[in-house]
This record gives sequence, structure tokens and C-alpha cells, in this order.
Amino acid sequence: MRNKLALLGTLSIVLLISLGTFAPLLSPSAPDQQNITERLQAPSQKHLLGTDDLGRDALSRMLYSARISLTVGIVAVLIAITLGTLIGMLSGYFGGATDTILMRFVDVMLCFPTFFLLLMVLAFLEPSILNIIIVIGFTAWPGVARIVRAEVLSIKQRDFISASKLLAVSKSRIFLRHILPNVFGPILVSATLGIGDAILAESGLSFLGLGVQPPDASWGQMLSAGKEYIHIAWWLSVFPGVAILITVLSFNLLGEGIREKLNPRK
Amino acid sequence: MVPILIGITIITFAAMHFAPGNPASLATDMNLKASSQTHERLVKLYGLDKPWYSQYFSWLKRVVKLDFGDSFKDGRPAIKKIFERLPASILLNALSLFLIFAIAIPIGVISAIKRNTLTDKALTFFVFIGYAMPAFWFALLLMLLFGLKLGWLPISGLHSINYSELSFTDKILDVSKHLILPVCASALTGVASLARYTRTSMIEALSQNFIKTAYAKGLSENTIIYRHALRNALLPIITIAGLSLPALIGGGFIFETIFAYPGMGRLGFDAIMARDYPVIMATATIAAFLTLLGNLLADISYFIADPRIRHGGK
Repeated sequence: MRNKLALLGTLSIVLLISLGTFAPLLSPSAPDQQNITERLQAPSQKHLLGTDDLGRDALSRMLYSARISLTVGIVAVLIAITLGTLIGMLSGYFGGATDTILMRFVDVMLCFPTFFLLLMVLAFLEPSILNIIIVIGFTAWPGVARIVRAEVLSIKQRDFISASKLLAVSKSRIFLRHILPNVFGPILVSATLGIGDAILAESGLSFLGLGVQPPDASWGQMLSAGKEYIHIAWWLSVFPGVAILITVLSFNLLGEGIREKLNPRK
Repeated sequence: MVPILIGITIITFAAMHFAPGNPASLATDMNLKASSQTHERLVKLYGLDKPWYSQYFSWLKRVVKLDFGDSFKDGRPAIKKIFERLPASILLNALSLFLIFAIAIPIGVISAIKRNTLTDKALTFFVFIGYAMPAFWFALLLMLLFGLKLGWLPISGLHSINYSELSFTDKILDVSKHLILPVCASALTGVASLARYTRTSMIEALSQNFIKTAYAKGLSENTIIYRHALRNALLPIITIAGLSLPALIGGGFIFETIFAYPGMGRLGFDAIMARDYPVIMATATIAAFLTLLGNLLADISYFIADPRIRHGGK
């Protein structure tokens, strides 16, 4: 049953990525094409998901938003994974003072209401897509670092590592060829689940006006703009949220599927 | 605990100071009449011309005496502004936490007992949806449905306009009505994640040998589940609940803004937008302090709940 769900998640991710990639071909009109005479129209055959306060076609904007939300999620997670893996491996492999300092820092980061930090940094920097990616990437690594460290600690004790050391294999080779491939599984799981979290963070920030800025569209920002018209135009407050939900759900299903595959006992 | 608190304040302080722009230029840029002399004077007044670490130390020295400085915006003490808002935030978070436990634990336990049945699958499905749903969007949907379509509940603030004229019981009723939507919205993510942990933890507890022994002894199903399995399953959940506090407090920044709720999160958000350094620092410090206090409470509950720790491994 779980594998079917993971497959469903994968298919849905592929579909979302294709929708984003082919947005120019699929959208009924340009995402920023305004038409004041057709503002705030309810979903109809002409505008499947309705129009916003400037008469822009909501479906077209949502398709273009898919590009931004997916890019932000994936790139931010790549940054977080790279940092987290590096720091976790250093910490786990060398132990001692390195470990203590790095892990105390991780403790601090994990106790921090991260969203506050995100808000603060983005409010001070210019909110832009690049800045959002960097800021989310730089706040999401501590969880990864902790997982990687725990894995490295347990692998370090195994016999094949002692054997490599006896064979005088260089430290960097042990690091890259023997330890890294063994922590790859948990990293992949936290990366997949992390994409969902990053997309949620981006949408939350955009919703508060500190994320993606107009005229660029992101689902969170569409919800933020739609909130002003919640009394008269429910569709603007509903469909972008469904898109976020489906996207995050798909990545989570895939992540859980991979976890199950790697660790069949649980 | 204290080193972590200091670490958090250092990160906040540094992040704030390495970001471009400062309150003095924000105050003067917006005002065409302000001369560059006014700007200089503001910089001097706030001590913004010194390096950030020396600013940090002078800040820290004052904070030890609970003096967080005055708000740039209205000149009132930052700590006073926070204390005005704190009760509302604590009320919101405490109620959410209570709701999270009250919903998540039964869901997790039922899922675990009826493992792999249709009930479990249906519950797990909803838990996954709840986890993937942006909580602020859930808040919007609640506003749309209960506030606007049905008109049952108010969608902003903590009191009605005529609050001061109400009788005591009506006041309580009024506040409760205002609290329902924000509490539900901020509990969503917590319910989903705690329910998942409870299910895993409960399944693990049910597979232990002492459960088989209990069955072999002929104990009733209920005794086994609630007295033997659940007690053991709850131990890791206490820690998880402690760790989920930063998310709950962080979420406050969104929900309090959406529902125009007069709490610390909204104060912090407004302070960020206005670059009100003293209030930002005070909010971050108090939020971090509350988080750590929550973790400490979790550790104490763990101590009470687990006799192995209480008796020092004897």
C-alpha cells in the first residue's frame, strides 16, 4: 500500500514539474496579462480557476507559480543538504572539540523559532527569489547535520572501516568512498521530506509579503493577494492552497516511501 | 540552557546587524525634511556607529537587569510592550498545545491498535493531509467557512467592540469565541506530526515483550493498552512535544497576523517590518526563553513519567 502511495507521489511530482516547465504552452493567457473588465470573475469555462483583482487568469498564474515554488523548494534543500552533510560528517568523524562546538550550534539553531529568523533576515534583505532560497537553505541544515552525524558515528564503529584503516586507506578516501555512500539513504529521505517543508516555508513567507514579490507569482503570494478579497472571491483563497497541499503531500509520500524501502523493519 | 539562550541572542543580533539598512536611515529616508545631521544624531543616539559585538555586549549588560531598551517607534520600554502582549500569546499557545494533545494522542493510539485496518488508513490519510497543508491556508479556509459563509465565529481580534459593556460571563464567552479559530489553525500542524509520532511509538510499545507477558497473564485488552503500552509510548512523545515548541511559537507570527490577534507574534512581526531593534531583540529573547522553559518542563515531565530515570537506574 505504501509503495503505491509513493508511486502516486512520484507521478504527481513528475506532473507538477511538467506543468511548471511547459507553463507557457499550457496557460490560457500570459500570467501578468491584465484585463480590468474581467476582474474578480468566478471560475468559468473561459477562466477555469477564475480571475484576480486585476483580471489576470488565475490558472495561468498558478502554472507559472509551480516553477517558482518547485525551484525554491529544490534548490533550498540542495543547499541545506550540502551544508548539513558536510557539518554532520565532520562532527561525527572527528568528534572531540569540533563535534562539541558544531553540535552546540545545532542545538541553538533547533531551539530557535526559525520562522522568526527567516522573517527577520528577509525583511532586512530585499525579498527576492534568490534571497528566499539562500535564507531557507541556511536555516534548514541543522536537522540534516544531526541525522548524518548519528549515522556516521554508528558506521565509524563497523569492521569494514577498521579494516580500511588497517589497510592504510587515506582519510579522505574513507570519508568519501566508505562513509558517504552509507549515509546516502537517510540523506535522501530528509532531502525529499525537506522539499515539502521548504515549499511550506516559502509559501508562508510569501503570504506575509516577505517572499516572492509581484509581478512574479507564487502560490503563497497569490493567497496573500487573494485574502484581501476573501469576502467576494473565495476561489482566490482556495485553489493556490490546494496546489501547495498537493505538492507538499507528493514529496512527503515519496519521502516516506523511500524511508520504508530503506528501513523495512519499521 | 543559558548558553543556548545567549547563542540565540547572538545569532539574532548578528543577523540584524549584518543586514543592510538601519533604523536611523529608515526613519530619515522616509522623511524628506530630515537632514543628514538628524541622521547622524539618530545613529549616535542608538549607538549604531559602534561595531556590532560591542553593541551586543552593552545590550547584554542591560538585559541582565531586564532592561531591553525603549522601542524606536513610540519610546516605550520594549519589555513593557511585550508583557502587555505576552498573556494573550501564552493563552493561545497553551490552548493549542492542549488541543494538540487531546486530538493527536487518541488518533495515534487508535491508529496503532487498529494497525493496517481501514480505520488506520483513513486516519493516516487525514494526518498526512494535515501535515502537508499550509497552516495559514487552513486558517483562511476556517475564516471563509465559519467566519464568512456561516457567520458563526468572529475572524479577528480577541474582543468584540462592545467588550467593556459585557457582563463577566459574556466576556468569557466573547473571548472564547474569538479564540476558537486561531487555536484550531495553530494546532493543525502539531496535531498531524504528534499523531504520527504517537502511532509509531505506540506500535513499538505494543511489540515489546512485556506486552506479550501481559497478554499471557490474561490481563484485559484495555489494561494492556492503556496501562502498559500507552505509558511507555508516551515517553518519547513528551520530548517531541517539547521540541515542537519553536514551531508553535514561530507559527504565532503568521496566525496572530492573519487573525489580527493582539499577541507577541504580531508585535514581533510589526517590529521586524519597522526595524524596531529593541523590540525585535526582546521578542526573540522572550520567545527563545519560553521555548527553553518548555523543554525544561518536558524534561521534568519525563522524569516524573519514567520511573527508570526517577530511581537513578537502580
